[in-house]
Amino acid sequence: MPQDIQLLIGGEAGQGLVTIGQLLGKALVRSGQEIFTSQSYHSRIRGGHNTFAVRMGTGPFFASRDSIDILVALNAETVELHREQLTEGALLIVDAAFAPELPGTIAVPFAELGPEKLWNTAALAVLGQILGLAPVPLHQAVEAMFGQKHPEVLAENREIMEKSWEWAENHAPAHDFTLNSPPAAGAERLLLSGNEAIALGALAGGLKFCAFYPMTPGTSIVVELITHADTMGCVIEQAEDEIAAINMAIGAAFAGAPAMVATSGGGFALMAEGVSLAAMTETPVLIVVGQRPGPATGMPTRTEQADLEFVLHAGHGEFPRAIYAPGNIEACFELTAKALTSAERSQSPVFLLTDQFLADATRPVAPFDLKAVTPIQAGADPQSVITPYQRYQLTPDGLSPRLLPGQSEYLVVADSDEHDEAGHLSEDHGLRVAMVDKRLAKLKLLKEQTSAPTLEGEQNAALLLVCWGSSLGPVQEAAAILNSQARQVAVLHFSQVWPLIPDQFLEILEAAEQVVCVEGNATGQFARLIQRETGFAIPDRIGRYDGLPFTARYLLKRLENLKAA
Amino acid sequence: MTTIEDYGKFETAWCPGCGNFGILNALKKALVACDLAPHQVLLVSGIGQAAKTPHYLRANVFNGLHGRSLPAALGARLANPELTVIAESGDGCLYGEGGNHFLAALRRNLDLTILAHDNRVYGLTKGQASPTSERGMVTKTQPHGAFAPPFNPVAVAVTMGASFVARGYAGMPEHLADLIAAAIKHRGTALVDIFQPCVSFNKINTYQWYKEHCYELPAEHDPTSLDDALRIAQEFGDRIPLGIIYRTERPLFEEQFEVLKQGPLARQEVSRERLQEIMLGYA
Repeated sequence: MPQDIQLLIGGEAGQGLVTIGQLLGKALVRSGQEIFTSQSYHSRIRGGHNTFAVRMGTGPFFASRDSIDILVALNAETVELHREQLTEGALLIVDAAFAPELPGTIAVPFAELGPEKLWNTAALAVLGQILGLAPVPLHQAVEAMFGQKHPEVLAENREIMEKSWEWAENHAPAHDFTLNSPPAAGAERLLLSGNEAIALGALAGGLKFCAFYPMTPGTSIVVELITHADTMGCVIEQAEDEIAAINMAIGAAFAGAPAMVATSGGGFALMAEGVSLAAMTETPVLIVVGQRPGPATGMPTRTEQADLEFVLHAGHGEFPRAIYAPGNIEACFELTAKALTSAERSQSPVFLLTDQFLADATRPVAPFDLKAVTPIQAGADPQSVITPYQRYQLTPDGLSPRLLPGQSEYLVVADSDEHDEAGHLSEDHGLRVAMVDKRLAKLKLLKEQTSAPTLEGEQNAALLLVCWGSSLGPVQEAAAILNSQARQVAVLHFSQVWPLIPDQFLEILEAAEQVVCVEGNATGQFARLIQRETGFAIPDRIGRYDGLPFTARYLLKRLENLKAA
Repeated sequence: MTTIEDYGKFETAWCPGCGNFGILNALKKALVACDLAPHQVLLVSGIGQAAKTPHYLRANVFNGLHGRSLPAALGARLANPELTVIAESGDGCLYGEGGNHFLAALRRNLDLTILAHDNRVYGLTKGQASPTSERGMVTKTQPHGAFAPPFNPVAVAVTMGASFVARGYAGMPEHLADLIAAAIKHRGTALVDIFQPCVSFNKINTYQWYKEHCYELPAEHDPTSLDDALRIAQEFGDRIPLGIIYRTERPLFEEQFEVLKQGPLARQEVSRERLQEIMLGYA
């Protein structure tokens, strides 16, 4: 019997709900369960209403569910905000001090169990007992968090865990949420968020330099990189602003360090001149844009997919670029490494477009095969160049030998002005045309490397759901539900949204009976891009721009509405 | 031994009589005095007439965007600590468009040299007031005269504890060459603000004006005295001092990165073993 349990922990920022979620997640993965976690939080350090969702069971899960089987309410507001989402037979774990008169309520006397700062640990133990977890992985997770550094903190956490576990054994009502044991202890799995996977992918791809200015949801990528920077020999620098960040990355890349920046839409707006600079000087740089709702400051901690057109067009002048848009945790790793390589090979700015939902979501994945990724060897071999060396030597494929300054006696001259082959500024109109053509010729290489969209299901399905980036998981789940009802639904997912190569997907669009484009924005940016590039107008669209990620239930409802209309 | 010929001769886009010529010659002399070969040097510039200087001598060049010479220079220096990195641009580029980067660079104290061609006017865009223009300077875009008092980069740099602060003058090339050489040899971020007459657009601060207002700091001046430096840096009216105004020792920004002790990042292997260990830490 497959199991699918949706847990939601809600409360104010500062109550430790993320700690509960993360510790539980670790323990569940170590116990062999499939999980998917996602976070929703306010842009504040204390207060507000924040949630941490953990879906668990047989899975695999690629999104959260809207309905809730177990609600842990760390404050009274959480009960009010989420009671409508509770499923039949749901449990509500709540402080006895404000426990409501609802069926399934487990009123925990937190005040009797220990001091307030430990109530999150108490709730974790109650949850662990209800889910039927073995205490060992839970204790290990807590130990890993507090262990070595703070033995006294560990001791008090242990004490309240044992007390709370025992309390739950004696007081929890009968319920359906005891997790089945997984068939066998599987292979070791990593519990990774999208942003952690991006950081690992960058390191595997040979990243040596990253500059940034803090901005949610990009920051956690850099936090991850900094954690490993000394071990991996990387230089990470917090810049005075995003303009500095991208110019630093370009300077570092020019001097031979594979480089990236990570930001969100507003920070990227400041970087736009740098995109153009990377293109003109033909300097490789990876730009990671974690989308959140705009315009302007928008909703800083929420999600959206509305910066596609911005990233596609940012930077003045005409030049080639590539934009990757990973659909899941594994793709975050693979495509980051690929994007770094692609930037180096094409000597161009390359993008990774993600969003808050994917940035913060976690899921267990198999360890990545690091041997399958070849770290970048920056620059060309000085032995291989013809003399006199010219940085922008005109070549049929537009690629000129990129020597690194100071690594040989050849001089490397790069210019943001239009320039001659030697790199010196020039206003010769004929040369201008040759240089524009040379830079644009590199699009051919980017096209050859383009990841084709993936089709799940039949080519001539009754319904084809088209999506890109992080919408993949919820769309897959909606399709699976419909297919289980004997509908014929296929999913076409783009993990690279530029360049688009119609030969890779136009036939698929044309073969489906009905095509619906699903994307997290209001205006259907990707659907429009497809039409521009192929002439194929996707008739139906489902957008979402309330700041929340898609869920299967949301999509099914919207598909019903489309049908009715 | 490097000679001045190694740095080549190029045709320039500058007006006859431009102060940039004196600065270019002084820079070449300083590089020779430091016995640096062209391939050991990276000149990073922004945009403006001054920012074209790197095109007029033989060296590695990154001629980036207006205002952004310093972040690009920082990136290059952190990628390859073996390079002698010189950021070279005008007052509009370094103090106006790039003001935030200027402050941040002084705070960080990387081992790099900042050469500011300070002609106190925008030349390339034909004569608008710059951050260092005199109060009351009338231009087509400041018809009632520049309102704000001029930015004093030397005073700002001393106040912020920059580790090397000097002011030179394009009309005194030997003195300037010595200042630039000292700045390059200094371990830390060295600012040389260089007064540069603009014969086309600055009719106030002319060669004659500089001759009347500038004086060379006497040999008794102790550049290691912060008190003296703070006082001298404020002299920015009828009499303006030239020379090394302040010099101190501060830890180098680069030194916090262990990895840079092993040389350029491009030459260092990625350790799959270490990454494997990091990755399995997420299990």
